[in-house]
Amino acid sequence: MIAVADLALSLNGRPILQQIAFQAQPGEVTVLLGPNGSGKTTLLLCLCAHYRPGQGDIQICGQELTSLSYRRLAQLVAVVPQDHHPVFPYQVREVILLGRISRLGFFSQPTSADDEIVDDILKLLNIQQLADKPYTRISGGERQLVLIGRCLAQEPQVLLLDEPTNHLDFKNQFVILKLIKDLARERQLTVLLTLHDPNMASLFADQVILLAQGRIAAQGPPQEVITAAHMAAIYHLEVEMLRAGTRHLLYPKIG
Amino acid sequence: MSRNWLRWGLLLSPLPAALVALQFGAYPISPWQIWQILGMPLGAGTPPEAMVQILWQVRLPRIVLAMLVGLALSASGTTLQAIFRNPLVDAFILGLSAGAALGCAVSVAFWPGLPIQLTAFVCSLLAALLTFALAHTRGEVPILSLILAGVIVSAFFSALVSMIKFMVDPHKLASIVFWLMGSLSLADWLAVRQAGPCIGLGALLIWLGRWRLNALSMGDAEAKALGVEVRWERGLFLLAAALSVAAAVSVSGIIGWVGLMVPHVVRMLLGPDHRWVVPLSMAVGATFMVLSDTIARTFTGGEIPVGIITTLAGAPFFIILLKQRGQESWRT
Repeated sequence: MIAVADLALSLNGRPILQQIAFQAQPGEVTVLLGPNGSGKTTLLLCLCAHYRPGQGDIQICGQELTSLSYRRLAQLVAVVPQDHHPVFPYQVREVILLGRISRLGFFSQPTSADDEIVDDILKLLNIQQLADKPYTRISGGERQLVLIGRCLAQEPQVLLLDEPTNHLDFKNQFVILKLIKDLARERQLTVLLTLHDPNMASLFADQVILLAQGRIAAQGPPQEVITAAHMAAIYHLEVEMLRAGTRHLLYPKIG
Repeated sequence: MSRNWLRWGLLLSPLPAALVALQFGAYPISPWQIWQILGMPLGAGTPPEAMVQILWQVRLPRIVLAMLVGLALSASGTTLQAIFRNPLVDAFILGLSAGAALGCAVSVAFWPGLPIQLTAFVCSLLAALLTFALAHTRGEVPILSLILAGVIVSAFFSALVSMIKFMVDPHKLASIVFWLMGSLSLADWLAVRQAGPCIGLGALLIWLGRWRLNALSMGDAEAKALGVEVRWERGLFLLAAALSVAAAVSVSGIIGWVGLMVPHVVRMLLGPDHRWVVPLSMAVGATFMVLSDTIARTFTGGEIPVGIITTLAGAPFFIILLKQRGQESWRT
C-alpha cells in the first residue's frame, strides 16, 4: 500500500509536483494519467526514492520512504522502467535472477533456491522458451515480460510501472495490462502505473489519478474520472464518449 | 556441454601456460627436468644446481608475477567496463597509468634512492584518488564526471612526465622510456611479495562481489531500484580495481591492452554473466600475460618490452573474434 500526503517537488527551482495526495491499495491497479510533462514519471520516481521531495510524506506499507535503504526499499517496491538501455546481452534467466539481489548480501551469490524462484516465474509468465536467449534479441513485448519477471523475483509488495505499454503492439498492450491486473489480484500487489491512453485506463484501472501541470486534477474510479469534460479540460481536446453496455470509449472529435 | 568444457579449460589454462613458460628461456629446461626439480623434496632426482637456481629464483617468480599482473589488469578491466557500461574502458581511465609514469619519472630523475615500485604505486593510487575527488559532486560520483576527471588527471600527470623527460639526461630518459613500455625483466620473489597482497586483496573483493556487477551494469537508477547501494558498492569496486592495478603497474610498468581486450574475449566466447566473466577474465589474463612474457624474453637475444608483445599478439586475435561474434559481447 502507498500513502502520499502533501507531496511537493521542485527541480532546478521549477516546481514539478504540488499538493500530491493519494492512496493506492493492495490488490488494485492505480493508473496515473495525464498529458506529457504533467509529472507522471516524476511522481513514480519519487516513489522509488530516485527524487527526494522537498516537502510531503510518502509511506510505503506503513514505512516512511526516507527511512528505507535502497536495499530495504527494493524488497518492498519493484520498478519497471520506461526506458531500459541494455548494454550486455545477458540471458533472460540472468536478468530475472537480478531481482534477487536485494535479498542477498554483497558477498553472496544466488543459490539453487533463487534459481528455482526464477524457474517458477518463467513458468508463470509462460516464457520458459526464452530462458536462455539474450534479452537484447527478443521482442519489445517479450522484454517487458522479462522486466516484470525481474520485479516478481524481488517478491515486492508494490509494483511501479512507467508506461508499460510503450512500444507494444495492439495485442501486447492488452496482454501486458491483463497480466499486471491478474498479478495485482492474485498476489495482493499494490500496482501503480502510468499510461497515455484513457481508454486503456478505463479498461484496467481500479483507480485513476489524473495529473495536470504537476497537480492532481481528479482521482477516483475510472468511470468518474475519465469523462469527456475532464479530458477536454486537461488535454484541451474535444472528445466524444461512445457507450456500449458497461464499456465506454473516448475518441477525439477531429476532422 | 562444449561451453562447460571451454569454461573449465580456460579457468585451468594458467597451469599449462606456466608449464610452457617454465621450459623456455636462455637456458632450456625439459618437462622431465622440471618434474625432477619440483619433485626434488620427494627424492625424484638430482638435477644440476644451476638449473634449480634458474627455475626457482628466475623463472618461477617471473611467471608468478606475470600471472598476478595479468589477473589484476583483466579483473579490473572487467569491473570498470561493467560499472561504466562502456567497452572502451580499462583501469587506466582512472589516471592510474599516468600516475605510475610520474612516480617512475620522479624516482629516476630526482630520488634514485627510492625504489621505482614504491613511487609508482603511491603516485598511481594518488592519481586515482585525485580522479575520484575531482569527480565527486554532491555526495555522488557520476560516471561521466569520473571519466572526464580521469582524462584531466591523466593529461596533467603526462605533461609532468614529459617535462621531466625533457629535463633529464639521455641515460635517465632511456630508463624512463623503457619502464613506461612495460616489462617484467626485474621480476623476483621480492616483487611478488610487494605486489601480491594488494593485487590479491583487490581481486578477492572483485571476485566476491562479482554478481553485483550484473546489476551495476544496468545503470545507476536501475541498480538502485534493484536494491544495490550504488554509492558505496561502486566505490568499493573502483577502489579494489585501483588498488590491484596500482600494485601491478608498480612492478611491471604500463602494460596496455590486456585489461581492455581480455574481458571482451571472455564475453564473446562465453557470454556476459559476470559470475563467470570475472573468474574467467582473471584466468585468461594470467595465461595471456605469461605467454606474452615468454615470447618477450625468448623471441630475440635480448628482452622485448612485454607491452609490445601483448598488443602485437592481442590485436589480430581480437579483430578476428570481433568480426565473428562482436554483437554477442556488446550491443551498440
